[in-house]
Amino acid sequence: MSFIGIHKPLSRKVKIAATLLSFILPLALWCTVSYVPFVYHPLVEVTDAGGSMLCVPGDEIERSVFNEENASLKAEGSAAMKGKRVNPVYLPAPHEVAKALVTSFRTPPKRDGDVWFHESLLHSIKIVFLGFFISMLLGLPLGILCGSVPFFERLIEPFIEFFRYFPAPVFGALMVAILGINDAPKVAIIFIGTFFQMLPMTAATTRRAETALVEAAETLGASQKRVLWHVIIPNVAPSLFKDMRILLGWAWTYLIVAEVVGTSSGITWFINQQAKYRVFENVYAAIVILGCIGLLCDAFLAWLGRQIFAWQDGSTSSLGKVKRELCSPSNYVFSFRLTPEEKKLKEANNGKL
Amino acid sequence: MENSDIILEARGIVKDFRESDGRFRRVLDGISFSVREHEFLSIIGPSGCGKSTLIRIAAGLETASAGEFRLDGKVVKGTDAERGMVFQKYTLFPWLSVKKNVMFGLESIGHGGDEAEEAALEWLQIVGLGKYAEYYPGQLSGGMQQRVAIARALAPQPRVLLMDEPFGALDAQTRSQMQSYLLEVWKNIDITILFVTHDLDEAVFLSDRILALQANPGKVREDVAVHVPRPRTGESLFLPEFIGTRKHIEELIHPADAPAEKETFNIINLKKRK
Repeated sequence: MSFIGIHKPLSRKVKIAATLLSFILPLALWCTVSYVPFVYHPLVEVTDAGGSMLCVPGDEIERSVFNEENASLKAEGSAAMKGKRVNPVYLPAPHEVAKALVTSFRTPPKRDGDVWFHESLLHSIKIVFLGFFISMLLGLPLGILCGSVPFFERLIEPFIEFFRYFPAPVFGALMVAILGINDAPKVAIIFIGTFFQMLPMTAATTRRAETALVEAAETLGASQKRVLWHVIIPNVAPSLFKDMRILLGWAWTYLIVAEVVGTSSGITWFINQQAKYRVFENVYAAIVILGCIGLLCDAFLAWLGRQIFAWQDGSTSSLGKVKRELCSPSNYVFSFRLTPEEKKLKEANNGKL
Repeated sequence: MENSDIILEARGIVKDFRESDGRFRRVLDGISFSVREHEFLSIIGPSGCGKSTLIRIAAGLETASAGEFRLDGKVVKGTDAERGMVFQKYTLFPWLSVKKNVMFGLESIGHGGDEAEEAALEWLQIVGLGKYAEYYPGQLSGGMQQRVAIARALAPQPRVLLMDEPFGALDAQTRSQMQSYLLEVWKNIDITILFVTHDLDEAVFLSDRILALQANPGKVREDVAVHVPRPRTGESLFLPEFIGTRKHIEELIHPADAPAEKETFNIINLKKRK
């Protein structure tokens, strides 16, 4: 266990192995519960009802009930029930969910007029990004203004801080009344859910702009406007980008609330529908797909951030491997404590070492 | 000293800071001095004498409670490109290339485009970093970053260059190289330098004149002319003038009869506890 220790850096191999394990371990747990009968499997699916008057083949009953029934059947002298241990319907096995992942895209909607799975998904994505985009359009400029000009901080933030504690879902009914039953109130819920977090978050990040850089710009004759646009904003941009990534996650969370407002739609409608039909593997498939979209989206944004803000890790990039030895001033080497040898060398070289 | 060539003048600078208990503490108590054209003046003093505050007031980053700085006879107010500044902290903009950093001040005062770019490259040549124009600050060593910072501060051609312990964060070897560099730049261009430091050798090695401050509250203790001949090299450190001036200033800022700094600290802490 030489790779475990406080703040101990990991080799590339160990990193990859650990990342894979973090997915494999939960999957292994799921497989164990699903495929090894004696671990969980609390129910018994009746395969042959025998002499029982209570059950028919296909019933899923608790093990204790099954045993009692068989005991009483035995006492009566009737044929005993036969059955196999199963997990509850809400706990499908991995292979069932994997199958559902494929079939959910292929299965046509059960009723005419209903939408396909991918259509629900696209609709959800549209709602999330529209709501989040409007939120950014207002939240970013206002937040930056609050974070850089104390007057606007006092003028805007106290109310926003108060409003922030209203749970976004409570505006559902109100938004439907104002905006109708279609997509508008859903977008509004996403907006309310993210905007009132985004503004204080953006302001707090903007306030962390480095004073030293602002002062340096001021002593170079930069105007207030120039300090804001050319120093504060580029200085905090990488942090703001990270904030937006976090808030986009919030937007996805509010999606589930937004989609039950007015007419149910999108992925939430699909999930509720499938749960109603008790096709839980489809429910899991939809949840897994939501997770994947979130993960991919975040990975893409992280990559994009690295491209935009390449200067951040300039010191570790290939260009940055220029070491100080290479560029230190060699013409004037001057030290308070020169050894006699160094002095001689310096004299011989016209003052150079 | 002729009055006509005075470029920067401090007149009775006073600075009071409000303490957490609401009382005012006087940091600077009536500081007056003047700097002549193309002079190299250092301000030195023990910690807490307000030397950094003083230079920040000169830059316009802080306001004096009383008194004023005059540049070419005009009272200074706020920051502008007339008084360039180099800080102890690395203050290059990490998202701009070295060249763009040097262009920043020029663009701030309305010189954009090719003209600014040419000037920036020229300034980078002067500080010996012409090759690194397209590098980002994160790719440079601390000493190189400070040289770019000097080029950046000089590019808009300020009347005076204010330097607040600019080499304080560098290691001893790099620091002495930087001192020689600075003297070289100062010799070759027409600039007046006001330099804050707590390093005695640095002050004596660089300056024409040294303003020794005393602490609590900060006052001018003595205005010392440095008679070490120029150009100064490593050998200058062993000249009797150097050693004499150094010893004199050391006695000024650490008087033998003053209580040791550590004891003063303990007394302050005790008072706070009560």
